[in-house]
Amino acid sequence: MTGFMSTLGLWMAVFFTFSIFSFLYKDNPLYKLSEQIFVGLSAAYWLVYTFFSMMMPNLIVKLSSDFKGNIILLIPATLGFMMLLRIFPKTQWFSRFPIAIMIGTSAGINMVRYTKSDLLSQVSATMINPFAAATTSAIIGNFLLIIGTICGVYFFYFSKKQEGMSAVPSKLGIWFLMISFGASFGYTVMARVSLLIGRLEFLLKDWLHIIK
Amino acid sequence: MKKLLLIFWLVIFCVTLFADNDIFWALDLPSDDGKALILNWNVAADSIHLQKADSLGMWVTIFSGQNQPASFTDSNLNPDTAYQYRLQYTHPQTGDSLSYTLQAQPKEQWFNLHKLSLLLFILVVSLAILYYIMAVKRGKDFYIRRISGLDSMDEAVGRATEKGKPILYVPGISDLDDMQTIASLTILSHLAHRVAEYDSQLIVPCKLSMVMSAAKEIVKEAYLKAGKPDSYKDDSVFYLTDDQFGYVAGIDGIMVREQPAANFFIGSFYAESLILAETGYSTGAIQTAGTAQAHQLPFFVVSCDYTLIGEELFAASAYLSRDPLQLGSLKGHDFGKLLVITTIILGVIAEIIGWHWFKAFFEGV
Repeated sequence: MTGFMSTLGLWMAVFFTFSIFSFLYKDNPLYKLSEQIFVGLSAAYWLVYTFFSMMMPNLIVKLSSDFKGNIILLIPATLGFMMLLRIFPKTQWFSRFPIAIMIGTSAGINMVRYTKSDLLSQVSATMINPFAAATTSAIIGNFLLIIGTICGVYFFYFSKKQEGMSAVPSKLGIWFLMISFGASFGYTVMARVSLLIGRLEFLLKDWLHIIK
Repeated sequence: MKKLLLIFWLVIFCVTLFADNDIFWALDLPSDDGKALILNWNVAADSIHLQKADSLGMWVTIFSGQNQPASFTDSNLNPDTAYQYRLQYTHPQTGDSLSYTLQAQPKEQWFNLHKLSLLLFILVVSLAILYYIMAVKRGKDFYIRRISGLDSMDEAVGRATEKGKPILYVPGISDLDDMQTIASLTILSHLAHRVAEYDSQLIVPCKLSMVMSAAKEIVKEAYLKAGKPDSYKDDSVFYLTDDQFGYVAGIDGIMVREQPAANFFIGSFYAESLILAETGYSTGAIQTAGTAQAHQLPFFVVSCDYTLIGEELFAASAYLSRDPLQLGSLKGHDFGKLLVITTIILGVIAEIIGWHWFKAFFEGV
Protein backbone atom coordinates (compact mmCIF):
# COMPACT_ATOMS: atom_id res chain seq x y z
CA MET A 1 0.00 0.00 0.00
CA THR A 2 2.87 2.35 0.90
CA GLY A 3 4.52 1.58 -2.43
CA PHE A 4 1.32 2.30 -4.33
CA MET A 5 0.80 5.60 -2.49
CA SER A 6 4.37 6.76 -3.12
CA THR A 7 4.07 5.82 -6.82
CA LEU A 8 0.75 7.66 -7.01
CA GLY A 9 2.34 10.68 -5.30
CA LEU A 10 5.23 10.60 -7.76
CA TRP A 11 2.91 10.50 -10.80
CA MET A 12 0.75 13.25 -9.38
CA ALA A 13 3.83 15.41 -8.84
CA VAL A 14 4.90 14.74 -12.44
CA PHE A 15 1.39 15.54 -13.73
CA PHE A 16 1.21 18.82 -11.83
CA THR A 17 4.76 19.80 -12.82
CA PHE A 18 3.89 19.40 -16.51
CA SER A 19 0.54 21.12 -16.00
CA ILE A 20 2.24 24.15 -14.47
CA PHE A 21 4.94 24.12 -17.17
CA SER A 22 2.16 24.12 -19.82
CA PHE A 23 1.43 27.73 -18.84
CA LEU A 24 4.64 28.62 -20.67
CA TYR A 25 2.73 27.87 -23.90
CA LYS A 26 -0.58 29.49 -22.90
CA ASP A 27 -3.37 29.32 -20.35
CA ASN A 28 -5.12 25.95 -20.65
CA PRO A 29 -7.51 23.69 -18.68
CA LEU A 30 -4.66 21.62 -17.21
CA TYR A 31 -3.00 24.74 -15.81
CA LYS A 32 -6.35 25.97 -14.51
CA LEU A 33 -6.94 22.64 -12.77
CA SER A 34 -3.47 22.64 -11.18
CA GLU A 35 -3.76 26.27 -10.18
CA GLN A 36 -7.14 25.81 -8.50
CA ILE A 37 -5.99 22.65 -6.70
CA PHE A 38 -2.79 24.38 -5.60
CA VAL A 39 -4.58 27.49 -4.33
CA GLY A 40 -7.32 25.50 -2.59
CA LEU A 41 -4.98 22.94 -1.06
CA SER A 42 -2.52 25.56 0.18
CA ALA A 43 -5.29 27.68 1.71
CA ALA A 44 -6.63 24.64 3.56
CA TYR A 45 -3.12 23.56 4.56
CA TRP A 46 -2.30 26.98 6.05
CA LEU A 47 -5.60 27.10 7.91
CA VAL A 48 -4.87 23.75 9.55
CA TYR A 49 -1.23 24.69 10.11
CA THR A 50 -2.12 28.02 11.72
CA PHE A 51 -4.63 26.37 14.02
CA PHE A 52 -2.52 23.44 15.15
CA SER A 53 0.91 25.12 15.15
CA MET A 54 0.02 28.55 16.45
CA MET A 55 -3.37 28.73 18.11
CA MET A 56 -3.27 25.35 19.82
CA PRO A 57 0.17 25.54 21.51
CA ASN A 58 0.23 29.30 22.07
CA LEU A 59 -3.34 29.92 23.18
CA ILE A 60 -5.65 26.97 23.75
CA VAL A 61 -3.18 24.61 25.47
CA LYS A 62 -1.74 27.37 27.64
CA LEU A 63 -5.12 28.69 28.72
CA SER A 64 -6.53 25.23 29.41
CA SER A 65 -3.47 24.10 31.41
CA ASP A 66 -2.86 27.28 33.44
CA PHE A 67 -5.59 29.85 32.96
CA LYS A 68 -4.51 32.24 35.73
CA GLY A 69 -0.86 32.17 34.76
CA ASN A 70 -1.64 32.93 31.14
CA ILE A 71 -4.53 35.32 31.63
CA ILE A 72 -2.73 37.96 29.56
CA LEU A 73 -3.31 35.75 26.53
CA LEU A 74 -6.96 36.75 26.69
CA ILE A 75 -5.96 40.10 25.16
CA PRO A 76 -4.73 38.65 21.84
CA ALA A 77 -7.55 36.11 21.97
CA THR A 78 -10.10 38.95 22.26
CA LEU A 79 -8.42 40.86 19.44
CA GLY A 80 -8.52 37.72 17.31
CA PHE A 81 -12.19 37.23 18.13
CA MET A 82 -12.86 40.85 17.13
CA MET A 83 -11.33 40.07 13.75
CA LEU A 84 -13.70 37.14 13.38
CA LEU A 85 -16.63 39.51 13.87
CA ARG A 86 -16.04 40.70 10.32
CA ILE A 87 -18.23 37.78 9.29
CA PHE A 88 -21.35 39.76 10.27
CA PRO A 89 -21.90 43.10 8.51
CA LYS A 90 -23.24 44.77 11.67
CA THR A 91 -20.19 43.85 13.76
CA GLN A 92 -17.53 44.46 11.11
CA TRP A 93 -16.41 47.69 12.78
CA PHE A 94 -14.98 45.68 15.71
CA SER A 95 -12.13 44.52 13.49
CA ARG A 96 -10.82 48.08 13.15
CA PHE A 97 -9.43 47.93 16.70
CA PRO A 98 -7.10 44.94 16.22
CA ILE A 99 -6.03 46.31 12.83
CA ALA A 100 -5.24 49.71 14.37
CA ILE A 101 -3.31 48.10 17.24
CA MET A 102 -1.30 45.95 14.85
CA ILE A 103 -0.42 48.82 12.51
CA GLY A 104 0.43 51.16 15.42
CA THR A 105 2.62 48.69 17.28
CA SER A 106 4.34 47.58 14.07
CA ALA A 107 5.16 51.17 13.14
CA GLY A 108 6.55 51.88 16.60
CA ILE A 109 8.64 48.72 16.87
CA ASN A 110 9.92 48.93 13.30
CA MET A 111 10.90 52.58 13.62
CA VAL A 112 13.54 51.75 16.22
CA ARG A 113 14.53 48.45 14.62
CA TYR A 114 15.04 49.77 11.11
CA THR A 115 16.69 53.00 12.25
CA LYS A 116 19.33 50.81 13.83
CA SER A 117 19.69 48.06 11.24
CA ASP A 118 18.95 49.85 7.96
CA LEU A 119 20.19 53.32 8.79
CA LEU A 120 22.79 53.72 11.53
CA SER A 121 24.51 50.41 10.77
CA GLN A 122 24.78 51.41 7.10
CA VAL A 123 25.96 54.90 8.00
CA SER A 124 28.70 53.61 10.32
CA ALA A 125 29.71 50.94 7.77
CA THR A 126 30.31 53.71 5.23
CA MET A 127 32.51 55.68 7.63
CA ILE A 128 35.79 54.26 6.42
CA ASN A 129 39.19 55.67 5.72
CA PRO A 130 39.41 55.14 1.95
CA PHE A 131 43.21 55.37 1.99
CA ALA A 132 43.56 52.63 4.62
CA ALA A 133 43.29 49.83 2.04
CA ALA A 134 46.37 47.89 0.96
CA THR A 135 45.92 47.96 -2.81
CA THR A 136 44.98 50.65 -5.32
CA SER A 137 41.90 48.73 -6.42
CA ALA A 138 40.74 48.48 -2.80
CA ILE A 139 41.21 52.25 -2.37
CA ILE A 140 39.13 52.86 -5.50
CA GLY A 141 36.55 50.41 -4.13
CA ASN A 142 36.38 52.36 -0.87
CA PHE A 143 35.82 55.62 -2.74
CA LEU A 144 33.10 53.99 -4.85
CA LEU A 145 31.42 52.74 -1.67
CA ILE A 146 31.39 56.21 -0.10
CA ILE A 147 30.36 58.11 -3.24
CA GLY A 148 27.80 55.45 -4.20
CA THR A 149 26.15 55.54 -0.77
CA ILE A 150 25.99 59.34 -0.62
CA CYS A 151 24.68 59.69 -4.18
CA GLY A 152 22.23 56.79 -3.65
CA VAL A 153 20.75 58.55 -0.62
CA TYR A 154 20.65 61.86 -2.49
CA PHE A 155 18.64 60.28 -5.32
CA PHE A 156 15.78 59.92 -2.84
CA TYR A 157 15.92 63.56 -1.81
CA PHE A 158 12.58 64.87 -3.00
CA SER A 159 12.75 68.48 -1.82
CA LYS A 160 14.93 69.88 -4.58
CA LYS A 161 14.45 70.09 -8.31
CA GLN A 162 17.08 67.92 -9.94
CA GLU A 163 18.65 70.33 -12.38
CA GLY A 164 22.08 71.85 -12.84
CA MET A 165 24.72 70.83 -10.34
CA SER A 166 22.24 69.25 -7.93
CA ALA A 167 21.27 66.75 -10.66
CA VAL A 168 24.80 65.33 -10.82
CA PRO A 169 24.80 63.35 -7.54
CA SER A 170 21.25 62.24 -8.23
CA LYS A 171 22.17 60.92 -11.68
CA LEU A 172 25.25 59.24 -10.25
CA GLY A 173 23.00 57.73 -7.58
CA ILE A 174 20.62 56.15 -10.10
CA TRP A 175 23.64 54.78 -12.01
CA PHE A 176 24.93 53.14 -8.86
CA LEU A 177 21.47 51.77 -8.12
CA MET A 178 21.02 50.37 -11.63
CA ILE A 179 24.44 48.74 -11.61
CA SER A 180 23.68 47.11 -8.27
CA PHE A 181 20.28 46.00 -9.63
CA GLY A 182 22.03 44.44 -12.62
CA ALA A 183 24.39 42.50 -10.40
CA SER A 184 21.51 41.43 -8.15
CA PHE A 185 19.48 40.39 -11.23
CA GLY A 186 22.23 38.12 -12.48
CA TYR A 187 22.77 36.62 -9.07
CA THR A 188 19.08 35.88 -8.56
CA VAL A 189 18.62 34.46 -12.07
CA MET A 190 21.37 31.98 -11.24
CA ALA A 191 19.42 30.96 -8.13
CA ARG A 192 16.24 30.55 -10.21
CA VAL A 193 18.07 28.39 -12.74
CA SER A 194 19.06 26.14 -9.86
CA LEU A 195 15.34 25.81 -9.00
CA LEU A 196 14.63 24.75 -12.59
CA ILE A 197 17.50 22.28 -12.40
CA GLY A 198 15.94 20.89 -9.22
CA ARG A 199 12.63 20.30 -11.00
CA LEU A 200 14.31 18.76 -14.06
CA GLU A 201 16.33 16.54 -11.75
CA PHE A 202 13.09 15.34 -10.18
CA LEU A 203 11.68 14.48 -13.60
CA LEU A 204 14.81 12.82 -14.96
CA LYS A 205 16.00 11.14 -11.77
CA ASP A 206 13.02 10.31 -9.56
CA TRP A 207 10.50 9.75 -12.34
CA LEU A 208 12.33 8.55 -15.45
CA HIS A 209 15.50 7.24 -13.76
CA ILE A 210 17.51 8.54 -16.75
CA ILE A 211 20.16 10.09 -14.52
CA LYS A 212 21.49 8.73 -11.26
CA MET B 1 40.26 57.73 70.67
CA LYS B 2 37.41 58.34 68.30
CA LYS B 3 39.82 59.81 65.76
CA LEU B 4 42.12 56.80 66.07
CA LEU B 5 39.20 54.42 65.58
CA LEU B 6 38.10 56.37 62.55
CA ILE B 7 41.61 56.28 61.06
CA PHE B 8 41.84 52.53 61.78
CA TRP B 9 38.57 51.82 59.97
CA LEU B 10 39.60 54.03 57.09
CA VAL B 11 42.89 52.13 56.75
CA ILE B 12 41.06 48.79 56.85
CA PHE B 13 38.57 50.02 54.27
CA CYS B 14 41.30 51.29 51.96
CA VAL B 15 43.37 48.13 52.29
CA THR B 16 40.33 45.99 51.53
CA LEU B 17 39.33 48.19 48.68
CA PHE B 18 42.68 48.51 46.99
CA ALA B 19 44.31 45.23 47.96
CA ASP B 20 41.47 43.04 46.74
CA ASN B 21 40.52 45.21 43.79
CA ASP B 22 44.07 45.20 42.50
CA ILE B 23 44.07 41.42 42.09
CA PHE B 24 40.56 40.23 41.41
CA TRP B 25 37.53 42.45 40.98
CA ALA B 26 34.15 42.48 39.29
CA LEU B 27 32.41 45.21 37.37
CA ASP B 28 28.80 45.36 36.32
CA LEU B 29 28.51 45.34 32.52
CA PRO B 30 27.49 48.89 31.67
CA SER B 31 24.31 49.69 29.70
CA ASP B 32 22.88 46.18 29.93
CA ASP B 33 19.76 44.53 31.30
CA GLY B 34 21.52 43.29 34.42
CA LYS B 35 22.50 39.90 33.07
CA ALA B 36 26.29 40.10 32.95
CA LEU B 37 29.36 40.82 35.09
CA ILE B 38 32.88 41.55 33.93
CA LEU B 39 35.47 39.72 36.03
CA ASN B 40 38.97 41.21 35.94
CA TRP B 41 42.22 40.05 37.47
CA ASN B 42 45.79 41.22 37.65
CA VAL B 43 48.05 38.34 38.55
CA ALA B 44 51.48 37.16 37.46
CA ALA B 45 50.63 33.69 36.21
CA ASP B 46 50.64 31.80 32.94
CA SER B 47 47.18 30.36 33.37
CA ILE B 48 44.27 30.86 35.72
CA HIS B 49 41.09 29.05 36.79
CA LEU B 50 37.91 31.00 37.32
CA GLN B 51 35.10 29.40 39.30
CA LYS B 52 31.57 30.32 40.24
CA ALA B 53 29.59 29.01 43.20
CA ASP B 54 26.42 27.21 42.13
CA SER B 55 23.13 27.24 44.05
CA LEU B 56 24.51 24.62 46.50
CA GLY B 57 27.74 26.58 47.06
CA MET B 58 29.87 24.17 45.04
CA TRP B 59 32.58 25.75 42.87
CA VAL B 60 32.10 25.22 39.16
CA THR B 61 34.85 26.19 36.71
CA ILE B 62 33.61 28.75 34.21
CA PHE B 63 36.94 29.62 32.64
CA SER B 64 40.27 27.88 32.59
CA GLY B 65 43.17 28.96 30.44
CA GLN B 66 45.55 31.75 29.51
CA ASN B 67 46.01 34.66 31.87
CA GLN B 68 45.57 37.17 29.04
CA PRO B 69 43.27 38.91 28.37
CA ALA B 70 42.80 39.37 32.10
CA SER B 71 39.05 39.66 31.81
CA PHE B 72 36.03 37.40 31.49
CA THR B 73 32.38 38.33 30.95
CA ASP B 74 29.96 36.05 32.74
CA SER B 75 26.59 36.38 31.00
CA ASN B 76 23.10 34.89 31.35
CA LEU B 77 22.90 35.95 35.01
CA ASN B 78 19.85 37.10 36.92
CA PRO B 79 19.64 40.80 37.76
CA ASP B 80 20.10 41.84 41.41
CA THR B 81 21.29 38.36 42.41
CA ALA B 82 24.55 37.93 44.32
CA TYR B 83 27.12 35.64 42.71
CA GLN B 84 30.35 34.35 44.23
CA TYR B 85 33.47 33.91 42.18
CA ARG B 86 36.88 32.39 42.91
CA LEU B 87 40.13 32.99 41.08
CA GLN B 88 42.79 30.30 41.39
CA TYR B 89 46.32 30.29 40.05
CA THR B 90 49.80 29.04 40.83
CA HIS B 91 52.45 31.61 41.65
CA PRO B 92 55.20 31.23 39.03
CA GLN B 93 58.10 31.89 41.43
CA THR B 94 57.03 30.30 44.71
CA GLY B 95 54.78 27.61 43.25
CA ASP B 96 52.10 28.45 45.82
CA SER B 97 48.50 27.85 44.90
CA LEU B 98 46.65 31.11 45.49
CA SER B 99 42.97 31.85 45.44
CA TYR B 100 40.83 34.96 45.72
CA THR B 101 37.10 35.19 46.12
CA LEU B 102 34.63 37.94 45.57
CA GLN B 103 30.91 38.51 45.54
CA ALA B 104 29.14 40.68 43.02
CA GLN B 105 25.67 41.24 41.66
CA PRO B 106 24.66 42.49 38.22
CA LYS B 107 22.40 45.54 38.02
CA GLU B 108 19.90 46.56 35.39
CA GLN B 109 20.57 49.97 33.87
CA TRP B 110 17.81 52.35 32.99
CA PHE B 111 19.50 53.49 29.82
CA ASN B 112 21.51 51.63 27.23
CA LEU B 113 24.03 54.30 26.38
CA HIS B 114 25.26 52.23 23.42
CA LYS B 115 22.05 53.29 21.73
CA LEU B 116 22.48 57.00 22.38
CA SER B 117 23.18 57.70 18.72
CA LEU B 118 19.92 55.94 17.83
CA LEU B 119 17.98 58.06 20.33
CA LEU B 120 19.57 61.30 19.11
CA PHE B 121 18.94 60.44 15.48
CA ILE B 122 15.29 59.57 16.06
CA LEU B 123 14.82 62.70 18.19
CA VAL B 124 16.38 65.03 15.62
CA VAL B 125 14.40 63.55 12.72
CA SER B 126 11.17 63.52 14.76
CA LEU B 127 11.67 67.18 15.68
CA ALA B 128 12.33 68.01 12.03
CA ILE B 129 9.11 66.21 11.04
CA LEU B 130 7.14 68.15 13.68
CA TYR B 131 8.69 71.42 12.55
CA TYR B 132 7.83 70.82 8.90
CA ILE B 133 4.29 69.67 9.72
CA MET B 134 3.74 72.92 11.62
CA ALA B 135 5.33 74.92 8.81
CA VAL B 136 3.04 73.29 6.21
CA LYS B 137 0.03 73.92 8.46
CA ARG B 138 1.05 77.58 8.71
CA GLY B 139 0.72 77.70 4.96
CA LYS B 140 4.31 77.36 3.83
CA ASP B 141 4.55 75.72 0.43
CA PHE B 142 7.23 73.12 -0.11
CA TYR B 143 8.46 71.73 -3.39
CA ILE B 144 8.38 67.99 -4.06
CA ARG B 145 9.93 66.68 -7.24
CA ARG B 146 8.03 64.47 -9.66
CA ILE B 147 7.78 60.75 -9.02
CA SER B 148 6.83 59.32 -12.41
CA GLY B 149 5.71 55.98 -11.00
CA LEU B 150 2.97 57.72 -9.06
CA ASP B 151 1.97 60.00 -11.90
CA SER B 152 1.17 56.84 -13.84
CA MET B 153 -1.75 56.10 -11.56
CA ASP B 154 -4.12 58.44 -13.37
CA GLU B 155 -2.98 57.11 -16.74
CA ALA B 156 -3.64 53.53 -15.58
CA VAL B 157 -7.10 54.29 -14.21
CA GLY B 158 -8.01 56.23 -17.34
CA ARG B 159 -6.87 53.41 -19.57
CA ALA B 160 -8.80 50.82 -17.55
CA THR B 161 -11.95 52.94 -17.73
CA GLU B 162 -11.60 53.40 -21.47
CA LYS B 163 -11.12 49.69 -22.08
CA GLY B 164 -13.78 48.67 -19.57
CA LYS B 165 -11.31 46.34 -17.91
CA PRO B 166 -10.43 46.02 -14.23
CA ILE B 167 -7.35 47.21 -12.34
CA LEU B 168 -5.39 44.61 -10.40
CA TYR B 169 -3.76 45.70 -7.16
CA VAL B 170 -1.42 43.28 -5.34
CA PRO B 171 -0.44 44.54 -1.86
CA GLY B 172 2.56 42.22 -1.50
CA ILE B 173 2.97 39.07 0.52
CA SER B 174 3.88 40.46 3.95
CA ASP B 175 1.57 41.12 6.85
CA LEU B 176 0.62 44.43 8.44
CA ASP B 177 3.78 44.38 10.56
CA ASP B 178 5.75 45.28 7.44
CA MET B 179 5.99 49.02 6.70
CA GLN B 180 5.89 48.30 2.97
CA THR B 181 2.44 46.74 3.33
CA ILE B 182 1.23 49.78 5.27
CA ALA B 183 2.68 52.10 2.60
CA SER B 184 1.03 49.92 -0.04
CA LEU B 185 -2.35 50.23 1.65
CA THR B 186 -2.11 54.04 1.69
CA ILE B 187 -1.45 53.98 -2.06
CA LEU B 188 -4.38 51.58 -2.46
CA SER B 189 -6.56 54.15 -0.70
CA HIS B 190 -5.71 56.81 -3.31
CA LEU B 191 -6.08 54.36 -6.18
CA ALA B 192 -9.46 53.14 -4.91
CA HIS B 193 -10.63 56.75 -4.64
CA ARG B 194 -9.64 57.36 -8.26
CA VAL B 195 -11.25 54.08 -9.38
CA ALA B 196 -14.47 55.06 -7.60
CA GLU B 197 -14.45 58.47 -9.30
CA TYR B 198 -14.00 56.90 -12.74
CA ASP B 199 -16.49 54.07 -12.02
CA SER B 200 -13.86 51.55 -12.93
CA GLN B 201 -13.35 48.12 -11.36
CA LEU B 202 -10.72 47.11 -8.81
CA ILE B 203 -9.43 43.61 -7.98
CA VAL B 204 -7.37 43.19 -4.79
CA PRO B 205 -6.31 39.59 -4.05
CA CYS B 206 -4.74 39.24 -0.59
CA LYS B 207 -2.40 36.65 0.85
CA LEU B 208 -3.06 37.33 4.52
CA SER B 209 -6.32 37.75 6.37
CA MET B 210 -5.23 40.88 8.30
CA VAL B 211 -4.16 42.59 5.09
CA MET B 212 -7.45 41.62 3.47
CA SER B 213 -9.45 43.09 6.37
CA ALA B 214 -7.45 46.33 6.31
CA ALA B 215 -7.66 46.55 2.50
CA LYS B 216 -11.44 46.05 2.61
CA GLU B 217 -11.82 48.88 5.11
CA ILE B 218 -9.55 51.16 3.09
CA VAL B 219 -11.27 50.53 -0.26
CA LYS B 220 -14.70 50.89 1.31
CA GLU B 221 -13.71 54.21 2.90
CA ALA B 222 -12.26 55.45 -0.41
CA TYR B 223 -15.57 54.73 -2.17
CA LEU B 224 -17.40 56.57 0.62
CA LYS B 225 -15.06 59.58 0.30
CA ALA B 226 -15.60 59.60 -3.46
CA GLY B 227 -19.34 59.75 -2.78
CA LYS B 228 -20.01 56.39 -4.40
CA PRO B 229 -20.62 53.93 -1.57
CA ASP B 230 -23.06 51.93 -3.72
CA SER B 231 -20.36 51.21 -6.30
CA TYR B 232 -18.23 49.41 -3.70
CA LYS B 233 -18.23 45.64 -4.14
CA ASP B 234 -17.23 43.71 -1.05
CA ASP B 235 -15.82 40.84 -3.12
CA SER B 236 -13.40 43.11 -4.99
CA VAL B 237 -10.97 42.59 -2.08
CA PHE B 238 -10.61 38.89 -1.36
CA TYR B 239 -8.40 36.24 0.20
CA LEU B 240 -6.57 33.74 -1.99
CA THR B 241 -4.19 31.65 0.11
CA ASP B 242 -1.43 32.05 2.69
CA ASP B 243 0.95 30.04 0.53
CA GLN B 244 3.45 32.20 -1.37
CA PHE B 245 3.39 30.35 -4.67
CA GLY B 246 -0.26 29.36 -4.38
CA TYR B 247 -0.97 33.09 -4.13
CA VAL B 248 1.15 33.76 -7.22
CA ALA B 249 -0.54 30.99 -9.19
CA GLY B 250 -3.92 32.47 -8.28
CA ILE B 251 -2.91 35.99 -9.36
CA ASP B 252 -1.43 34.67 -12.61
CA GLY B 253 -4.76 33.03 -13.32
CA ILE B 254 -6.60 36.30 -12.65
CA MET B 255 -4.24 38.23 -14.93
CA VAL B 256 -4.65 35.76 -17.78
CA ARG B 257 -8.42 35.41 -17.49
CA GLU B 258 -9.59 38.85 -16.37
CA GLN B 259 -7.00 40.65 -18.53
CA PRO B 260 -6.70 43.74 -16.27
CA ALA B 261 -5.80 46.95 -18.08
CA ALA B 262 -3.38 47.94 -15.30
CA ASN B 263 -1.47 45.97 -12.70
CA PHE B 264 -0.07 47.43 -9.49
CA PHE B 265 2.43 45.34 -7.52
CA ILE B 266 3.12 47.49 -4.52
CA GLY B 267 4.39 46.23 -1.18
CA SER B 268 6.78 43.57 0.01
CA PHE B 269 7.69 40.96 -2.59
CA TYR B 270 10.10 38.08 -2.66
CA ALA B 271 10.72 35.28 -5.16
CA GLU B 272 7.34 35.76 -6.80
CA SER B 273 8.09 39.24 -8.16
CA LEU B 274 9.33 38.15 -11.60
CA ILE B 275 6.58 35.55 -12.05
CA LEU B 276 3.94 38.20 -11.40
CA ALA B 277 5.54 40.95 -13.45
CA GLU B 278 6.31 38.67 -16.42
CA THR B 279 2.77 37.29 -16.56
CA GLY B 280 1.38 40.83 -16.33
CA TYR B 281 3.71 41.92 -19.13
CA SER B 282 2.50 39.07 -21.35
CA THR B 283 -1.10 40.28 -20.98
CA GLY B 284 -0.15 43.76 -22.20
CA ALA B 285 -1.26 45.57 -19.06
CA ILE B 286 0.31 48.82 -18.00
CA GLN B 287 2.35 47.86 -14.94
CA THR B 288 3.48 49.82 -11.90
CA ALA B 289 5.52 48.17 -9.19
CA GLY B 290 6.96 49.40 -5.94
CA THR B 291 8.95 47.70 -3.25
CA ALA B 292 11.79 48.29 -0.84
CA GLN B 293 13.11 44.74 -1.31
CA ALA B 294 16.43 45.49 -2.97
CA HIS B 295 16.74 41.98 -4.44
CA GLN B 296 13.34 42.14 -6.16
CA LEU B 297 13.63 45.64 -7.58
CA PRO B 298 15.71 44.52 -10.61
CA PHE B 299 12.89 42.23 -11.75
CA PHE B 300 10.32 44.98 -11.49
CA VAL B 301 12.61 47.47 -13.23
CA VAL B 302 12.99 45.19 -16.27
CA SER B 303 9.39 44.04 -16.57
CA CYS B 304 7.24 46.97 -15.41
CA ASP B 305 6.49 50.31 -17.02
CA TYR B 306 7.03 52.24 -13.79
CA THR B 307 8.85 51.25 -10.63
CA LEU B 308 8.80 52.91 -7.24
CA ILE B 309 12.25 52.30 -5.83
CA GLY B 310 12.52 51.94 -2.07
CA GLU B 311 11.98 55.33 -0.48
CA GLU B 312 9.67 56.44 -3.32
CA LEU B 313 7.19 53.88 -2.04
CA PHE B 314 7.11 55.52 1.39
CA ALA B 315 6.93 59.02 -0.09
CA ALA B 316 3.98 58.05 -2.26
CA SER B 317 1.29 58.77 0.26
CA ALA B 318 2.42 62.36 0.85
CA TYR B 319 3.05 62.90 -2.85
CA LEU B 320 -0.43 61.74 -3.83
CA SER B 321 -2.46 63.36 -1.08
CA ARG B 322 -0.53 66.63 -0.52
CA ASP B 323 -1.96 66.37 2.97
CA PRO B 324 -0.09 68.82 5.32
CA LEU B 325 0.60 66.11 7.87
CA GLN B 326 2.12 63.73 5.34
CA LEU B 327 3.87 66.47 3.40
CA GLY B 328 5.54 67.69 6.59
CA SER B 329 6.54 64.13 7.37
CA LEU B 330 8.11 63.76 3.91
CA LYS B 331 10.04 66.99 4.36
CA GLY B 332 11.24 65.72 7.74
CA HIS B 333 12.47 62.53 6.09
CA ASP B 334 14.34 64.61 3.53
CA PHE B 335 16.00 66.44 6.39
CA GLY B 336 16.97 62.99 7.75
CA LYS B 337 18.57 62.12 4.40
CA LEU B 338 20.66 65.29 4.46
CA LEU B 339 21.63 64.42 8.02
CA VAL B 340 22.73 60.96 6.88
CA ILE B 341 24.84 62.40 4.06
CA THR B 342 26.45 64.96 6.39
CA THR B 343 27.13 62.30 9.04
CA ILE B 344 28.76 59.99 6.50
CA ILE B 345 31.02 62.79 5.20
CA LEU B 346 32.00 63.79 8.75
CA GLY B 347 32.58 60.13 9.63
CA VAL B 348 34.88 59.60 6.66
CA ILE B 349 36.86 62.75 7.55
CA ALA B 350 37.04 61.60 11.20
CA GLU B 351 38.36 58.19 10.14
CA ILE B 352 40.99 59.78 7.90
CA ILE B 353 42.30 61.98 10.71
CA GLY B 354 42.09 59.13 13.21
CA TRP B 355 39.07 60.16 15.34
CA HIS B 356 37.68 56.66 15.63
CA TRP B 357 35.35 57.59 18.51
CA PHE B 358 32.99 59.23 16.01
CA LYS B 359 32.35 55.97 14.16
CA ALA B 360 32.25 54.03 17.45
CA PHE B 361 29.50 56.35 18.68
CA PHE B 362 27.30 55.42 15.69
CA GLU B 363 28.23 51.77 15.89
CA GLY B 364 27.05 51.74 19.50
CA VAL B 365 30.28 50.29 20.82
